[in-house]
Amino acid sequence: MKERVVITAASVPSLPRGVKLRFDKARDIWVLLGPERIFNPDPIALEILKRCDGTASVTAIVDDLAATFQADREVIERDVTALLQDLADKGIMAG
Amino acid sequence: MSLPEPPIAVLAELTHRCPLQCPYCSNPLELERAAGELETEDWLRAIEETAELGVLQIHFSGGEPTVRRDLETLVAAAARAGLYGNLITSAVLLTEARVEALADAGLDHVQISFQDSEAGSADRIGGYGGGHEKKLAAARWVRATGLPLTLNAVVHRQNLQRLPQMFELAMELDAHRIEIAHVQYYGWAYENRAALLPTRAQLEESVAVIEAAAKTYPGLAIDYVVPDYYARRPKACMGGWGQRFFNITPSGRVLPCHAAETITGLRFDNLRDKSLREIWTSSEAFQRFRGVEWMPEPCRSCERREVDWGGCRCQAFAITGDAAKTDPACELSPHHAVMAELAAAETAEAPPDFRYRRYANAPETAKLTRPPAATGAERTTTLD
Repeated sequence: MKERVVITAASVPSLPRGVKLRFDKARDIWVLLGPERIFNPDPIALEILKRCDGTASVTAIVDDLAATFQADREVIERDVTALLQDLADKGIMAG
Repeated sequence: MSLPEPPIAVLAELTHRCPLQCPYCSNPLELERAAGELETEDWLRAIEETAELGVLQIHFSGGEPTVRRDLETLVAAAARAGLYGNLITSAVLLTEARVEALADAGLDHVQISFQDSEAGSADRIGGYGGGHEKKLAAARWVRATGLPLTLNAVVHRQNLQRLPQMFELAMELDAHRIEIAHVQYYGWAYENRAALLPTRAQLEESVAVIEAAAKTYPGLAIDYVVPDYYARRPKACMGGWGQRFFNITPSGRVLPCHAAETITGLRFDNLRDKSLREIWTSSEAFQRFRGVEWMPEPCRSCERREVDWGGCRCQAFAITGDAAKTDPACELSPHHAVMAELAAAETAEAPPDFRYRRYANAPETAKLTRPPAATGAERTTTLD
């Protein structure tokens, strides 16, 4: 049994092998593609996913989002961590 | 008439050649010979057109897709086009180098079929000695590349008792996902139904096993395909005919589902003659059962008509002889009792021998009902 990936402020999230984020021209939306799974990320999730490049830490991602959207950093950190943890539990986020 | 929504997935059946002989194979009874297969250039064009059409996932399948030497080329083309590339394989022909080459070409996911959890039974069902061991090795090579793995367990009367061991095998192989797929009774499986259809008690036990496994293995994605013969309502076959999915046969015919050719009287276009866009939007076979206009009662006024889309056309044809009837898996169908009676009668007897899936084993009627392949003379392949 694999160890559960626990997302912390120091985690450096990235899309694992077999998971792709791409723009779907035919439907004019972004899609997250995994094994036999297609997710339609909402605008907030999309902003987070686009920043999971395997170099930025959760802290850096939260800082960036807080600056870009001029929003409460604490709220953002909570949302980002929850989303990434949910994706990690589904096997579609590495950290 | 408005244009249909773009399709989401395509099943690319690259070949019908396969070293295995599974008696429930989803290929048609009349298998395509190597000489009739599309050329690499045809597939490359099909992949481009597929992506343009809005498809997101391509499933490379067969037969055994790895018998095609151009598989890496096609996988790379799909990756370039932005398609999510899935390989559906028996895995017995894979080598470590080939797995690495496919991963390097941009493959996204591998799905390996297992006929059972133990070698003796698995090799008997697949009709291929030593196959199970080869699958185990191939699964480990797949995981070594980092690619996600699905274990595809096709279940039936003769292996359902080892369903818990199938889950253990998935965990042992570090699979991300397991598909517990009850045999669907079309084509070869229809011919072998009496040997494969589970008893009701087996079915009920399997549901309990799956529910328990979902709790035991939270990190494992589980997909479950139920058997129609014990259903009360039909499955939303293909997410609706001509709505999400199409299938390309080895010789280029484009089908609304992989079993659609079991329905006699439907004409299917070939991608050698028409663009995939034209076929998807306006071909006769896709339009025939698309949406709800074609539906008879009780489907037409049913509140679930856009949930299950009237169920499966191939099953309606197989059981009632008319593809435009309500799927008899639905308890509202006047033919519903037929399925339960068939199941009760067949499972009361000892299972007969398999009619293995091979070129020479097609029933004579199947050989007569379809025209020969469009191109080239037939020739025997080494995998026949």
